[in-house]
Amino acid sequence: MADLELKSEDETKLRNRRNLAIALGLVAFVVLIFVVTILRLGGAVADRPL
Amino acid sequence: MSEIAIPTKSASIAGPRDYFDLLKPRVMSLVIFTAFVGMVAAPGAVHPGLAAISLFAIAVGAGASGALNMWWDADIDAVMSRTARRPIPAGLVPRAEAAAFGGFLSALSVALLALSSNYVAAGLLAFTIFFYVVIYSIWLKRLTPQNIVIGGAAGALPPVVGWAAITGTAPLEAWILFAIIFLWTPPHFWALALFKEGDYARAGVPMMPVVKGAASTRRQIFAYSIVLALSGVAPFFVGMAGGLYLAAALGLGAWFIVAAWRVLKAAADDKKPAIDLFKFSILYLFALFAVIPAERWLGLHG
Repeated sequence: MADLELKSEDETKLRNRRNLAIALGLVAFVVLIFVVTILRLGGAVADRPL
Repeated sequence: MSEIAIPTKSASIAGPRDYFDLLKPRVMSLVIFTAFVGMVAAPGAVHPGLAAISLFAIAVGAGASGALNMWWDADIDAVMSRTARRPIPAGLVPRAEAAAFGGFLSALSVALLALSSNYVAAGLLAFTIFFYVVIYSIWLKRLTPQNIVIGGAAGALPPVVGWAAITGTAPLEAWILFAIIFLWTPPHFWALALFKEGDYARAGVPMMPVVKGAASTRRQIFAYSIVLALSGVAPFFVGMAGGLYLAAALGLGAWFIVAAWRVLKAAADDKKPAIDLFKFSILYLFALFAVIPAERWLGLHG
């Protein structure tokens, strides 16, 4: 039931910072996968039959 | 309602920095460096962006294994002065969260490396994490004084992973870089254990000085330092490095042997030679490995 506890102001602040770090990490991972995809495709992306 | 508000050991007092500390940033920096040298030494070229992302994946994998090591070793970290302030023994991060964090990042780093390079490199990274966490941390560390000798393989693998990330293979040259770090590990850690012996004894970790005594450990350090100095010149003889490297390997190797000799001949209560050797061992590996890319940038080799 830890989630239902009333948090002190400091604890809330730290939790928000943890959440922000997770969000930024997630965005960074998405960007990384996108960049890897583009780099691996390279110029070959234009070679597919249209 | 008041009993519900009893503070539990939730993650409520940990900041992002504490999770970053779980990744053992200083160990990670050495892994990044040695993996980078493996990438530079490997023949062939990949897109620099992909190489950078591969290096990042290797770094995250190393960090993940550090977090899993801290999860498993939280009990002994708490009683050792060197490690008592790590996030778990300090009460900042709950053990289970370190396990989840490390396990999650392990999977992510291996998957990312598979995408950015190839399956050989990703497989080697997965094996490195497995070896460090399961073979070293869980199995050997508390079992045998050969713990860090065998466990050293995990720390020695990053240049092989880096090499494989470029070529998709792991040839003899890559394993020579492995051998140098592998042979470097025992004198490096035993020098540390010589002046932190009380820590390890208190924690019940069977480090060599605890089990066989300081005198035996000093002899073994000296023996390893000779073999290390010899292996240090091997990259020159397989054509992986040039004359500048050979000179550096000879000079640094001789210095290493002298430092180990001082440890061997020191008075029983004199810890300074061991501290000096420990510090020099870090410089040794950095300097020796730095010459390999330096030669290429200066146009002296490859």
